[in-house]
Amino acid sequence: MRIQHDALIVGAGGAGLWAAVELAKAGVDAAVLTKLYPTRSHTGAAQGGVCAALGNLEEDHWEWHMYDTIKGGDYLVDQDAAEILAREAIETVVELEHMGLPFNRTAEGKIDQRRFGGHTRNYGEGPVRRSCFAADRTGHMILQTLYQQAIKHGVKFYDEYHVVDLLSEGGDLGDGGRAAGVVAYRIADGSLHTIAAKAVMLATGGFGRMFRITSNAWSLTGDGVALAYRHGIPMQDMEFYQFHPTGIVGIGILLSEAARGEGGILLNGEGERFMERYAPTMKDLAPRDMVSRAIYQEVRAGRGIDGKDFVYLDVRHLGRKVIEEKLPDITDFVRVYQGIEPITEPIPIQPTAHYAMGGIPTDVLARVTRDAAGTVVPGLYAAGETACVSVHGANRLGTNSLVDLLVFGRRAGRQMIEDIKGVGMPSVADDVEEPARAEIEGLRGSTGQESVPRIREKLADVMMDNVGVFRDEAMLLAARTRVQELRARYTRVGVTDKGLVFNTDLLEARELGYLLDCAETTVASALARKESRGAHAREDYPERDDAQFLTHTLATRAVGGPRLTYKPVTITKFEPKPRVY
Amino acid sequence: MQVDLRILRYDPERDDKPHWEAYLVECDPKMDRVLDLLHRVKYEQDGSLTFRRSCAHGVCGSDAMLINGRNRLACKLRVEQLGRRRITVAPLPGLPVIKDLVVDMDGFFDKFKSVQPYLMNDDEVPASGRERLQSPEDRARYDDTTKCILCAACTSSCPSFWAQPAYIGPAAIVNAHRFIFDSRDGGGDERLEFLSDADGVWRCRTIFNCTDACPRGIHITQAILEVSSAIGGRRP
Repeated sequence: MRIQHDALIVGAGGAGLWAAVELAKAGVDAAVLTKLYPTRSHTGAAQGGVCAALGNLEEDHWEWHMYDTIKGGDYLVDQDAAEILAREAIETVVELEHMGLPFNRTAEGKIDQRRFGGHTRNYGEGPVRRSCFAADRTGHMILQTLYQQAIKHGVKFYDEYHVVDLLSEGGDLGDGGRAAGVVAYRIADGSLHTIAAKAVMLATGGFGRMFRITSNAWSLTGDGVALAYRHGIPMQDMEFYQFHPTGIVGIGILLSEAARGEGGILLNGEGERFMERYAPTMKDLAPRDMVSRAIYQEVRAGRGIDGKDFVYLDVRHLGRKVIEEKLPDITDFVRVYQGIEPITEPIPIQPTAHYAMGGIPTDVLARVTRDAAGTVVPGLYAAGETACVSVHGANRLGTNSLVDLLVFGRRAGRQMIEDIKGVGMPSVADDVEEPARAEIEGLRGSTGQESVPRIREKLADVMMDNVGVFRDEAMLLAARTRVQELRARYTRVGVTDKGLVFNTDLLEARELGYLLDCAETTVASALARKESRGAHAREDYPERDDAQFLTHTLATRAVGGPRLTYKPVTITKFEPKPRVY
Repeated sequence: MQVDLRILRYDPERDDKPHWEAYLVECDPKMDRVLDLLHRVKYEQDGSLTFRRSCAHGVCGSDAMLINGRNRLACKLRVEQLGRRRITVAPLPGLPVIKDLVVDMDGFFDKFKSVQPYLMNDDEVPASGRERLQSPEDRARYDDTTKCILCAACTSSCPSFWAQPAYIGPAAIVNAHRFIFDSRDGGGDERLEFLSDADGVWRCRTIFNCTDACPRGIHITQAILEVSSAIGGRRP
């Protein structure tokens, strides 16, 4: 079936929904396509809050937020983008309140704020109350509020459609072409649909499912990122993947940094508050990369709990009222999934794969760019975790994922409104669905003996063990070989379900293909970056090397593996300095 | 331990009607959730087993299903909590089945949308360019109903809904409650008028199935009663 819309957004998390609301409010014919129902999107799993320098409880300034973001990202952040992030955080949070978001309130009735990792007063003097929150379900409230607004403004939704290809005219997307729409697969009946659009936005979230222990939903398989890569768009800064320090042991479910923002602490097997040694000023509220490394180092030194590979998060001293009123959801998670009572017992935690700092390169107007010079791909936009603006650099600060998707989701919507003026509907050839059809029918009809779940497990194992919190050359070389082997095996996968109706077997096979692309670019980018910066910790190159590597990595698809080029970092206000907390 | 997992299967391309299939699945009853069992069947025994899931920790609302006769999220129920070796899993009752454990949610979402689930407020935003004020007490008034994840466990557990599918159902009322009792919302009368319709709140028979089913612990029956009282309070 052939459909057209002026603007088409792939993904219904916070970034996609806000863009859609902007477009619909302006009277633009906008549609959102999602492989889930919109309210299932992973924005809804964000817990602790969204930072904005409102200064409701103590002095705060957007310049401090900007600085924290840049230092948190180990100076790989584009500072023009960080400035926009910190400034527009304030107005987007206020706008969310006006849309109806039920923030917690201060006694005066203002939006309540709490401390969060790496967010400081006066350029690093100590923690500041900057995170605006709704209990520990802030992401849920953002997702609900934006979906409510999308309903109000009549956004058209294609629920449970899986994106299978990107369309362009005048050449491929990485080669001067203009975005022209997508091919989508309707999960309910297996039909293919071509949707032509003057503007296409990718907002498909991250790809945490390439790791064994992850906080990410099953759906986070890098669909948008991999499709852009397949069409010649480089992937930026893929070596920077964040491990959140406090995941539930074994299953990776996130326990919000808000637990430490409210005063929770980390303890090793000797009962020591070890973060005091690693970050004397910020202690347990140091940035996530540092805390995750500290946990690994404690475990390696034999100071895990009972010598095992985890430590404790302790919130007992906060008391029942704070725990149950300000951290109700994570309290529930701990009770349900660990059978532990956090009011009286410490909580076993270990780092969990959480967030991709890298992704599809964009400029500050959320337009996708395709080279080191920042050449814009006409008609193609990206925002949220899918994109790399780059406001997170080498390590994202807590809450800045939500700030990113709000600020740049809104910008994407506004930019699309401007850019489609005077643009005609792209012409899409009759046979554009054919490559996707051939791939899908090939998978459905395959007699291959390789198994999707087996390959996915092996991939998740090698990425976790060799491309995790600490890396070195030997580990990464082994990972590269392994990923190549898995890629070869993937060409021989078979699916059991041959049907058309709701074929999740087939869907997971396609998703694995996307994950393999993400893994391949991550490993290649990590191998080439011979330094340690933010979340990329090379044990063979333990120091940051600004002379060689104060630069963004671009990984472009090529025969025999990704081709790497580099792109300068934009520095405006803050020169790189040693990063201590 | 080995559990005897019985799943109600239905493939519209092959089956005339749903049928039970049995699977023996190894599990750690303390750690494994019902979702883990379903994954084990799908990845080790039969790749065609079909169910929805995404976040796998009880916040996205994808995997509500009928487990041992009660509506539960498969990702939020550990095997040991069920207290027995035989576990039955079926799709949510009262909704059209698409395949295996997947039901058609469109009608459910249409009812959600019908209560105009968005803030109605025509007042100018504060001239300061800042947030509207709301006291912590006013904020607490509707806190419970903001937790809804639209999983449909409540609505599809409701005998009134089974008997009368036109009934708007608990989930839609919960979402109306979230706005009716928000001090910032100006649409209360409109919403109450809508919910006083024949297929609105009066179909609730206070059976409490919805409250039992809610994976978020929302006091749903109480919320419905508060909406009913508010409608009653408007009428002389």
